[in-house]
Amino acid sequence: MKVRLLPSPQSLLLHLAVIAALLAANWLLPEYHRGVVSRVLVLAVFAMGYNLTFGYGGLLSLGHAMFFAAGLYGAGLTIYHLDWSIWPAFGAGIGAGLLLGLVVGALALRTSGVAFMIVTLMFSQVFYLTTLYFTTYTRGEEGLILQQEVRSLEFAGATFDLSDPSTRYLAGLALFSLVLLFTLFIIRSGYGRALIAIRENDERMRMLGFNVFANRLVALAISGMICAAAGAAYAVLFGYVGSTLASTQYSILPLLWVLLGGAATTLGPLLGTLVMFYVIDIASSHTTAHLLVVGLVLIFLVLFFRRGILGTIRARWLPWLP
Amino acid sequence: MGFGPYLLLATLEGLVTAAVLSLMALGLSLVFGVMRVVNVAHGEFFMLGAVLAWYFSSLVVGDPAIGFLLALALSPLVVALIAWLSDRLVLSRLKYEPEATIVATIGLLYIIQQLALTYYGADSRPVEAPFTWRIQLPWFGYSGYKLAVIGASILLVGLTALLMMRSRIGLIMRATQYDSETAQTFGIPVRRVYSAVFALGAALAAIAAVLVVPIRQAHYLMGQEPLLLSFIVVIIGGLGSLRGTVVAAVLIGLSDGIISMFFSPTLAKMLATLLVALVLVFRPQGLFGTAAR
Repeated sequence: MKVRLLPSPQSLLLHLAVIAALLAANWLLPEYHRGVVSRVLVLAVFAMGYNLTFGYGGLLSLGHAMFFAAGLYGAGLTIYHLDWSIWPAFGAGIGAGLLLGLVVGALALRTSGVAFMIVTLMFSQVFYLTTLYFTTYTRGEEGLILQQEVRSLEFAGATFDLSDPSTRYLAGLALFSLVLLFTLFIIRSGYGRALIAIRENDERMRMLGFNVFANRLVALAISGMICAAAGAAYAVLFGYVGSTLASTQYSILPLLWVLLGGAATTLGPLLGTLVMFYVIDIASSHTTAHLLVVGLVLIFLVLFFRRGILGTIRARWLPWLP
Repeated sequence: MGFGPYLLLATLEGLVTAAVLSLMALGLSLVFGVMRVVNVAHGEFFMLGAVLAWYFSSLVVGDPAIGFLLALALSPLVVALIAWLSDRLVLSRLKYEPEATIVATIGLLYIIQQLALTYYGADSRPVEAPFTWRIQLPWFGYSGYKLAVIGASILLVGLTALLMMRSRIGLIMRATQYDSETAQTFGIPVRRVYSAVFALGAALAAIAAVLVVPIRQAHYLMGQEPLLLSFIVVIIGGLGSLRGTVVAAVLIGLSDGIISMFFSPTLAKMLATLLVALVLVFRPQGLFGTAAR
């Protein structure tokens, strides 16, 4: 049997349609909601990075905040202290995420299961404490604010102001689309299929001659890079670089978004992030206790809705959904 | 004050931390050992114990000892009940699958923390110690209550060990830990054992909290740091080994007390966490544990 290593035409069409709809939303959405969605797009990139290891790789990490924060600080600190422009700073952020992914992966992937979760949690905690310890440079929880004049992007001979709501939305969407299509292609590739097979049965894959450790390490490195890209984008688009975004809560949130949207679905992270943002948005108008909502949704998901929204849709109606 | 007395003070403070940590980590270790459940909400049971201790002791006017004893009796009971309920309603329905239970206990953590913030508030509130006498050493005076905490902790750890090693209930728990399926076929009600162990683990955290609350005030975020420390202790001691847990608690408590007196506490925490993560990577059975079966 010949295996297709490319996404099917209908799934490719669906993804392009989603991107087109999001593009149209830039002009259709009211100002407030456009602001919310531009944040959702950047954080959905974070969730997609998480989904690669958790959903497709079957590795439950409780420390992905460190990758997000690596990008955040990689870009933020170079801009703030070294006066780098956006492109090299963005590259520094992604590089930091890749490096951290490789180092953490090389260590943490020696463990599995519960130990893997605790080890990633601890590494992330160390990263968080580090940002607090070097408070002279990072200003801790208060964080650094990137002013409007340093947040301008040189692209194709023109200069864009990233603090402008429309430009910010489109820049977020560009990154989101890039990562979405990248994920779509990678999970259909030979590598992606091997990764999924390892999730299903790592012993068998080892027997078949696959290097399970190397495959997982690559997944974690790519995931770290994507999460760092989200972090770097967050820094330049929203101008805030602070320790809060490195705390454990930001390791739990991508898990929540991915679980809600559907683990191991390409569009699940976006859907989960979007739904959760609006659930919290609606809940905050009734109560300030938004963590209560997060907790209740987490328990509800593991108890009754393990597949998430798109996972359920895939199981019931659309088996071709990637 | 010279270096010697300074070190003595740091050691005493470290022993108090170790005493509280032993009880709390013992609960975590028990739950992990018997049920193979990593209870991320353990810190919140600790916090709940402290907040309830404040509530119960504030009900009583007059001698602070009465309020404290009331708190010591009731607070662990209420916390155990809550833990028992969350096991019945959530964990048992997940069939104790490791990843699902972790996610569920994270959810529990947020729910308890938020409810504490809503109903108890963001303030730190003290509970009066049952007695206030001090021991006068040549260099400094030291609170008698803190020494009593150390004593109480030794007593309670001893009692727990006795319960596990010498009683019928302990035998049933150990049988379940060793092989839950075989235990089930021998007529041990494994699910009820699990609920009981989860409640007992939470109660131990709550007792630790009641003991500590006259020294450190009750606050809705107070569960976070002891949770991390307990994780460290349980890992260093070897996951699921009770003896290792106690040894590690004393070790970590002492070094935490001494290091944070001489160095920056953030740096100390950073290095400790990193070291422990590396221990878990290179010696997953812990420093004192034996290799997994």
